[in-house]
Amino acid sequence: MINSLEETARELRRRIIEYSHKTKTPHLGSCLSCIDILTTLYFDIAKVNPADPQDPNRDRVILSKGHAAPALFQVLAFKGFFPYEDLINSDHANGGLFGEHPPTPDHLPGIEAATGSLGHGLPMGVGMAMANRISGRNSRVFAVLGDGECNEGSIWEAAMFAGGQKLDNLVVIVDFNKWQATDRSPEVLALDPLKDKWAAFGWSTYEVDGHDVSALVNLLRNVPDGYGKPIAIVAHTVKGKGVDFMEDDNNWHYRTPNADELSAAMTQLGFDK
Amino acid sequence: MRTAFADEITKLGVEDPRVVLLSGDIGNRMFDDFKAQSGSRFLNCGIAEANMMSMAAGMALSGLRPVIYTITPFTTTRCLEQIRVGVCYHKAPVIIVGTGSGLSYSSLGPTHHSLEDVAILRTLPGMIVFSPADKAELRAGLREALKQDKPVYIRLGKKNEPQVHSDELDHSLTLGKSTTIREGSDVCLIGSGNILPEVVSAADALAESGVSAHVESFHTVKPLDTERLSHLFERFSLVAVSEEHSIIGGLNSAVAQWMVEQPAKPGTKLVSIATRDEFLHEIGNHDFARRHFGIDAKSIKERVIEALKAQKESLPK
Repeated sequence: MINSLEETARELRRRIIEYSHKTKTPHLGSCLSCIDILTTLYFDIAKVNPADPQDPNRDRVILSKGHAAPALFQVLAFKGFFPYEDLINSDHANGGLFGEHPPTPDHLPGIEAATGSLGHGLPMGVGMAMANRISGRNSRVFAVLGDGECNEGSIWEAAMFAGGQKLDNLVVIVDFNKWQATDRSPEVLALDPLKDKWAAFGWSTYEVDGHDVSALVNLLRNVPDGYGKPIAIVAHTVKGKGVDFMEDDNNWHYRTPNADELSAAMTQLGFDK
Repeated sequence: MRTAFADEITKLGVEDPRVVLLSGDIGNRMFDDFKAQSGSRFLNCGIAEANMMSMAAGMALSGLRPVIYTITPFTTTRCLEQIRVGVCYHKAPVIIVGTGSGLSYSSLGPTHHSLEDVAILRTLPGMIVFSPADKAELRAGLREALKQDKPVYIRLGKKNEPQVHSDELDHSLTLGKSTTIREGSDVCLIGSGNILPEVVSAADALAESGVSAHVESFHTVKPLDTERLSHLFERFSLVAVSEEHSIIGGLNSAVAQWMVEQPAKPGTKLVSIATRDEFLHEIGNHDFARRHFGIDAKSIKERVIEALKAQKESLPK
């Protein structure tokens, strides 16, 4: 299982980079830092069904850091929510569906929330987790946040509310890649100690290597974890993970690869042309 | 309107298990009955309106019917982006209730006034803007709002306002269709929201001066009842639109825009009674604030008399 998850993540990295090259879609570094997390959630943890995307009893995954939408699009296509061809043949100039942020659920199956304006996804997820409790459903909500996104005050309003309500059906995974758009995230605002912050807001907290799929699986298969609190996982990641010349180089927040860079990236990922 | 809201939402909470009431740490004891009867569906969300609004969107997308209640500036402009993205973009059927709208909380100062909320919220795609005149319209409109599969903004006044309709409990209305309060023949007074009791007083004062005023409640600012507007503008040569809201972007703006879009420019004169483009920094009671902005009954009457006189003088001799 773990091997196949790693293989899935490798294939998705290939597709994400090719897509960025072809469509000139940015935020590649952000996509590559969270793709192992998304792969683990969608292919091992979350109970979601592409044949019934609106099943009221489904788990819900929210990509709160919506600018990593190109990663989410690839994951949802690979999972079977819509044909891969729809994604790669989408018209980016004249009314396609696949932009730089996720559209609303009524426009694309598999999406739970249109995010991209930061600080919205988690509070919406808190509402969904609260609705699960009110409606007596055992379903869980997983929200993937960016570290830069943790600048937003609404994240901490939501953290206080979920902590106060002891929403143990809610999981936050912070993709802590140590960069935001223009600077080192821990240096822009006082993010560190990030795990302690979530703990102080009443959450059950963990730290993990966000690229270690087996570690992610072990943690996430244990949700709820029995402590009766919402769960925050600080996932240490590398922006641009998987391609050495992109790794930890924040230029890849905006840049898209040219043909040579695409070819070099494919070689590194083990896809020889 | 506040107490009628608490009473009606308590009933609706019992009738409809999808109803969830979210309060922004306000309404001390006001919702005791709701809590007693539907306690698991009452949430004090604290003084954290951005989270409250997005949460409501998430709940609505999970099949519930959240109703948000706090003071108007905090449930509108404070969390505008959450309304725009979470609620409106997702077409999430959230009912946003603002209390103490307009100048209701005059003595609390401009931080607690709301004279721009209608203007801002009516630009959001899909948002219904409902501004009831009294308890009767509020109770009926709240029930109608729950039947909509859309976001609805409800703009409340305060408590113990004068009643405009005689039938508080068995009133009915249709969102998007205006309600006639009083028939009249000389001039048409249109009002929206908590200013309506002042408009009715102005109509009484006009009657004493021998002017018969028709009074119409445009409780729904969006969608605008353009069919009714056409009818009223055909019938009357003078229409005065009153609102406890800025002259910029509210009902007056909506009516004026409708007027210029008409194929043949109507010959009817529009008199706009609304607040000027300024903050009210002087402290006083609600009546003082209305007088300051010239939107009280006396000012409405004087503006109408003046306009009628001007119209008469401009007639060809």
